Amino acid sequence: MTAYEAVIGLEVHAQLLTSSKLFCPCPTSFGAPPNTHVCPVCLGLPGALPVLNRRAVELATRAALALRLTVHPTSIFARKNYFYPDLPKGYQISQFDRPLATEGSLAFELEGGEVRSVGIQRIHMEEDAGKNIHGQGGDSIVDLNRAGTPLVEIVSAPELRSGAEAAAYLKTLRDLLLFLGVNDGNLEEGSFRCDANVSIRPRGAQRLGTRCEIKNVNSFRFVQKAIEFEILRQEQVLASGGTILQETRGWNERDGRTFSLRSKEEAEDYRYFPDPDLPPLRLEPAAIEAAAASLPELPEPKRERYHRSLGLTPYAAGVLTAHPRTAAFFEEALALFQGDANKVANFLLSEVLAGASFRGIDATFPVSPAQLAGLLRLVEDGAISGKQAKEVYAALQHTDASPAQIVRDKGMEVLRDEASIEALCRRILDANQRQVDAYRAGKTALLGFFVGAVMKETKGSASPALVNAILTRLLTA
Amino acid sequence: MTRMDEMASWGIVETASRIAAGEVSAEEVARATLARIEASNERLGAFVDVTAGELLEGARAVDQRRARGEAAGKLAGVPLGIKDALCTRGVTTTCGSKVLRHRGEPWRPPYDATAVARLKGEGALLAGKCNMDEFAMGSSTENSAYFPSKNPVDPSRTPGGSSGGSAVAVAGRMTPGALGSDTGGSVRQPAAYTGCVGVKPTHGRVSRFGLVAYASSLDVVGPMASDVRGAARLLDVIAGHDPRDSTSLEAPVPSHEEACGRGVRGLRVGVPEEYFAAGLAPEVAASVREAIGALEAQGAEVRPVQLPHTRHAVATYYVLATAEASSNLSRFDGVRFGLRVEPPGADLASMYGATRNEGFGPEVRRRILLGTYVLSHGYYEAYYLKAQQVRTLIRRDFLEVFSSVDLVATPTAPTAAFRLGEQIDDPLTMYLNDIYTLPASLAGLPALSVPVRPAPAAGATPALPVGLQLIGPALGEPVLFAAAAAVEAAGLR
Repeated sequence: MTAYEAVIGLEVHAQLLTSSKLFCPCPTSFGAPPNTHVCPVCLGLPGALPVLNRRAVELATRAALALRLTVHPTSIFARKNYFYPDLPKGYQISQFDRPLATEGSLAFELEGGEVRSVGIQRIHMEEDAGKNIHGQGGDSIVDLNRAGTPLVEIVSAPELRSGAEAAAYLKTLRDLLLFLGVNDGNLEEGSFRCDANVSIRPRGAQRLGTRCEIKNVNSFRFVQKAIEFEILRQEQVLASGGTILQETRGWNERDGRTFSLRSKEEAEDYRYFPDPDLPPLRLEPAAIEAAAASLPELPEPKRERYHRSLGLTPYAAGVLTAHPRTAAFFEEALALFQGDANKVANFLLSEVLAGASFRGIDATFPVSPAQLAGLLRLVEDGAISGKQAKEVYAALQHTDASPAQIVRDKGMEVLRDEASIEALCRRILDANQRQVDAYRAGKTALLGFFVGAVMKETKGSASPALVNAILTRLLTA
Repeated sequence: MTRMDEMASWGIVETASRIAAGEVSAEEVARATLARIEASNERLGAFVDVTAGELLEGARAVDQRRARGEAAGKLAGVPLGIKDALCTRGVTTTCGSKVLRHRGEPWRPPYDATAVARLKGEGALLAGKCNMDEFAMGSSTENSAYFPSKNPVDPSRTPGGSSGGSAVAVAGRMTPGALGSDTGGSVRQPAAYTGCVGVKPTHGRVSRFGLVAYASSLDVVGPMASDVRGAARLLDVIAGHDPRDSTSLEAPVPSHEEACGRGVRGLRVGVPEEYFAAGLAPEVAASVREAIGALEAQGAEVRPVQLPHTRHAVATYYVLATAEASSNLSRFDGVRFGLRVEPPGADLASMYGATRNEGFGPEVRRRILLGTYVLSHGYYEAYYLKAQQVRTLIRRDFLEVFSSVDLVATPTAPTAAFRLGEQIDDPLTMYLNDIYTLPASLAGLPALSVPVRPAPAAGATPALPVGLQLIGPALGEPVLFAAAAAVEAAGLR
């Protein structure tokens, strides 16, 4: 144990899942040709004015309520003034001293099962900037498609103590926002971004050390590594008698180190003031209460319910609640199946998820919940065997067919007609008189040989239990 | 009187009704307008761009609609000047600045301001874009990047500002009406100086969409006209909620034109002593008091009122307006539109610096610096926040007063039009021109200026126009029009 303790606070910028921008009707979709999703408002043309997207307010409020923050009946949009080519108006519309919501918390589980709870200081709404693309023939190209995209900034209290804690917090937060339908959790496309404030202080000290801010790290693993590196770096600086400079640092994933971007002395004065183009944002207390009442079930309680009430293993409960679409698939299939939840879970885990693909909030599965439920029902009713179920499943994928239809098409229905099975068994016994004699002389292990022969003859469609019973009866007669 | 002179004497309402009645064609009116602009614009500097082709084409379209018996609108065929601060689709919009001009080409917005679109919707025709102090910062149009406008009454004098070009278009009889914008008096003061009617509606009554912003919490688009009824008709058309401006008010729009005939019997008129203190020219005071007397003679009840925080209005305004301006003008950065100056080997910061240094004139630079300062870390509380608090006190003064009177009557400006060049090197004196118009702006209240008896000027020059300012409670424009029409009817001018 070192003589120092790390103090870490995280600022997450999460893109709200609206179809249009925060202050204009332009679409928010990702990947369009540069500067095609723009209008006078998000281009900052003279005379254009912002009009708040109400859906964005709903989503931000939902996130705030799920994180147990107090949502304020009045919050104020403020201008953050600075010059940069990707910022069309020369200011960003954000919230400053009167944010949407303050004081909440998030509980998350560490690797070893320990549960931690960390304070959330505030959630505010703001618009994203555009994107500068450098180095095309020495020119800088500005793409303003992203300018005006709605974001929430979620600021944790400086209560995290390690890179691992930070990663666990972020992952839990990401899942939560995903389940709320607030954010698609896509770190690669930048719709969930994280800045980490890191400082260290002598263990037991009250006063905070000088902090460094690590900007825009785009994976949970890298956040953990960047923080771990930064803690070590600061310890070494202090151990060698140096002082920590307050600065903004970047993360170089190639050499696994943080590096200085700019120091505090160069830090800007953003000259925040209330945006006179936007009246204060007012939310009726009744509307806030209604939003709180309509929150969907969150990942943590869902996991708990799957385990305690449905009897799933903690592992299965965890996998099924890793993505909202998986949980929804499971719940829908279970409702249609009306049987043992474990049977649905097991088939999902062993077969369906292997063929599923996830992109942000979206997911595609090889079969529908109804198809899975129908398939499991056929097995349950003894219409097909478990082994046949896998064959039917293979044929079901990416089709609209019903499992029963596939079973019929393949002629897979279980042979249950006792008379015809008995006739077949007699035929097999007659053809293998030598083995019948051996069986009757005490070599009863030969039963399996006869069963196998019958099953082969029926291409596996006979009910094995029935075949067993009939053969035993005939042989001992 | 020639036919052209006769047409020039028509106000908005008369022009519209004569066209509607077929007594004159819209094209004849348009041609007469262009002829008058041709005759006097070079001398008076009302317009920075004259849209002759569009005007004639629009006039012919109005005539065709009328010939087909189609309704052509309340302003069908009426030519109007539009302040260069208002966006006009495909037409020069430079806000009196070099920064909205690149390689000789003016910025031409891809949209109309809502106020402009509503005028066009009623058949009004754009005659051209009117000169102004750059970014509406000034009281004389001497801060225009083009040229100073001149007062038609005495061209050695200013028409006031910042909507000076709009006032000259109306007072110079080039167009019967115009749109201006008023942040601290920019419609009312030039109306007073030139002898026309200028209205600053309640903040939010007219959409600001498409008005190039100076100080958003104060900016209001306002009509100017040669008579009260014309201004009322313009307001009737441009007022009302606009979903594209989040600060626009949803209240229904009454007929202001109808309110002009209401009379003033029983109206309680407050006269604030603070507006008749030191600094007010005696000849202006005399004309204003005479007009107030005329209201009383028509049945209004005049009583003294107090607006004690008036003396803080100038300081408050110059903190808040410049703070907002410093942010509003950040978008003029050379990146997306307008001027870009790139010194050889320039990096980003020097492109910004060179563009803004060359694009903005000295008064705009002064206000950006002031505004940046008052918002800076460590000064915000002492300046911006304090000014917001004083603004609340000024607002409360009016609320208090309007619990006992229906409107307040004051001079519009402390003097009549001053000489061009007289104050341009003395910004503080220049700022005092707006001392009587700033309080209503800070309080967001409606106010208008109506001409009263001109004041005799020293020397042999003609008597100079004087304006009476009427201030009402929020959305109290109808009362103001009733009183203004009564003043007009008294025939003092």
